[in-house]
Amino acid sequence: MFRIRITKRQERRGWRSCLVVLTAIVLSLVLSGILLALRGTPPLVGLAVLFKGAFGSRFAIEDCLVKAIPIFLCSLGVAVAFRLQVWNIGAEGQFALGAVGATWVALSFPDLPGPILLPAMIAMAALAGGLWGMIPAILRQRLRTNEIIVTLMLNYIAILFLDYLVYGVWKDPTSFGFPMTREFSPQAVVGRIGSTSINWGLAHCLVLGTVVWVFIRFTRLGFELKAAGDSVRAARYAGIPYDRLVVLVMVISGALAGWAGFLEASATINRLQPSIMAGYGYTAIVVAWLARLNPLSIAFASFLLAGLRVGVENLQLDLQVPAAFGGILEGLILLTVLGGGLFTSYRIAVRRN
Amino acid sequence: MRVLQALAVLMLCLSFSNVQAAEKELNVGFIYVSPIGDAGWSYAHDLGRLGLEGMPGVKTSYVEAVAEGPDSERVMQNMARKGYDIIFATSFGYMDPMLKVAKQFPNIRFMHCSGFKTADNMGNYFGRMYQARYLSGMVAGGMTKSKTIGYVAAFPIPEVIRGINAFTLGVQAVNPEATVRVVWTKTWYDPATEKEAAKSLLDVGADVIAQHQDSPGPQEAAQEKGVYSIGYNSDMSAFAPKAHLTAPIWNWAPFYRNVIEQVRQGTWKAESVWPGMETGIVDLAPFGTMVPKDLQDKVMAAKAEIVAGKNKIFVGPIKDQKGTVKIADGVVAPDTDLLGMTWFVQGVVGTTE
Repeated sequence: MFRIRITKRQERRGWRSCLVVLTAIVLSLVLSGILLALRGTPPLVGLAVLFKGAFGSRFAIEDCLVKAIPIFLCSLGVAVAFRLQVWNIGAEGQFALGAVGATWVALSFPDLPGPILLPAMIAMAALAGGLWGMIPAILRQRLRTNEIIVTLMLNYIAILFLDYLVYGVWKDPTSFGFPMTREFSPQAVVGRIGSTSINWGLAHCLVLGTVVWVFIRFTRLGFELKAAGDSVRAARYAGIPYDRLVVLVMVISGALAGWAGFLEASATINRLQPSIMAGYGYTAIVVAWLARLNPLSIAFASFLLAGLRVGVENLQLDLQVPAAFGGILEGLILLTVLGGGLFTSYRIAVRRN
Repeated sequence: MRVLQALAVLMLCLSFSNVQAAEKELNVGFIYVSPIGDAGWSYAHDLGRLGLEGMPGVKTSYVEAVAEGPDSERVMQNMARKGYDIIFATSFGYMDPMLKVAKQFPNIRFMHCSGFKTADNMGNYFGRMYQARYLSGMVAGGMTKSKTIGYVAAFPIPEVIRGINAFTLGVQAVNPEATVRVVWTKTWYDPATEKEAAKSLLDVGADVIAQHQDSPGPQEAAQEKGVYSIGYNSDMSAFAPKAHLTAPIWNWAPFYRNVIEQVRQGTWKAESVWPGMETGIVDLAPFGTMVPKDLQDKVMAAKAEIVAGKNKIFVGPIKDQKGTVKIADGVVAPDTDLLGMTWFVQGVVGTTE
């Protein structure tokens, strides 16, 4: 008879978790290779086409970076809240309101010069997203509501509000009745870096990522976040203002998602339309978990998942694999990486009786 | 070093053979907004694509479930870089992205479905679906006993409104007292929502359900209640064999074949085309066995008139819901009015908002 004992590891080793994540990704690729083989696509060719489409050329990498920008910002925000064990599922709605806020500024003051207009759009987007994130935080601390449910529900409200605006008051009169606002004036558009297709949002990501990293790593508030996330009661005992922390993280979280909404509206679509909602707010949750809430890992994971989405298009075009394959692969990676967490945080011993 | 040289030679051969292949073959790419398994809009376009597969020297591929906006721009760019010769984009929201890509690749032909913008190398196309809608309205009008017909509709845009109006005129041609009740779902493809919308129409006494949606949800609702239904896009009788009377359907294959031929012969021009039933681009699906012979004959006679150009459908006098004459006696509504239609004809119950 065998007995399996699982005990929690006291120490954590960096290289070990790296190895586990790599093994997990390889395992998920093997599993998806089997899926490809089952539908008659040669698996190695399939995976090669996938990677070539995602990372195999300058254009592909540019496309991935562009796609990774909103995912990264949403995920960065979500991760800040998750550190405090506040489960913000509402990045999608905060993203939507950020886009709405930025669009309001862009449509109301189209003639302002860029150096004034763009910061105003960012401020409005972050404010709208941040306030939307504050609502569930206050409800949670005052009325003991569950933030998972409230943030999720607020997503629907935010998206329907966006729809209401683009189908109604903001609809472009020259769009033949189709739901979209007028195109933003050139001053309201975040430009591209040099001759690449990457917009300056990438620089925003670098700055914001660094700021968040410094905040959680080197500031007192950042330390309080970690302490309060590990144990609310201990934190309260130590005099950490827990209620205020919850509101703070939700506002930061919402503001970052709102910023992503601004970039998506301004830099990539140049207007507001319902298809701006591509599910980045939900992808962000997957990314935050894959990266274990670490800002640098979030950057890598956003790039990886963006690459997966871009690569699957190539897979469809060259080998006519259905679009759903991308979703399956994404799910497999999450499942194996999270499952692999068992091996990094626990010691598993098999004993013979 | 030798390996590298061999590799270089191999690459050269490969790229050379690619160039040769491109000279002989026409590569045709399609981009769809929903998965081709939707049994609706994208499925119909994909049947059209498959219709090209038999042509010698034509190779086709597609990417499905591509969101309108930046994602579609990337997919089209990818196709263009891979050397596709003709690219078809089949959703309204692909219009502006396609325009951008068309400017970057002046040697590639672009065709956009359901929009209104053109460029030197980009044309747009659509079919006069309202003609088939009119005929399906005649069938519904002939079959209803409660004189109430339900219409589950997607979005209040001119294309859908025009379809509802033509359908209602068809109903009134055989059953002047019948009314058509419209419910908006604000979705193109959401089987559950669309089925629920159909049920709400059944609850107010509708005994025939028509639809402008891409899912067969409304068909199923009608079959479960034991009443009749009119499909859309493709023959939906498989989903509701007891309910399905007929359906206005798309038949894109002849049109796509024609475009390919024109490109081959060098006669292709970037223009807006709106062919009708006489070309077979729109049609009526086979009648269900419950449709009596005399009604079938009546509808087929009307079809012959449309094909012969004798019945233009939107011919005055036509009044709106308030009773104001919108199209004067004997006047045939010009295409520009049809393309921007935002009002309902008398006999429709519902609003265009």
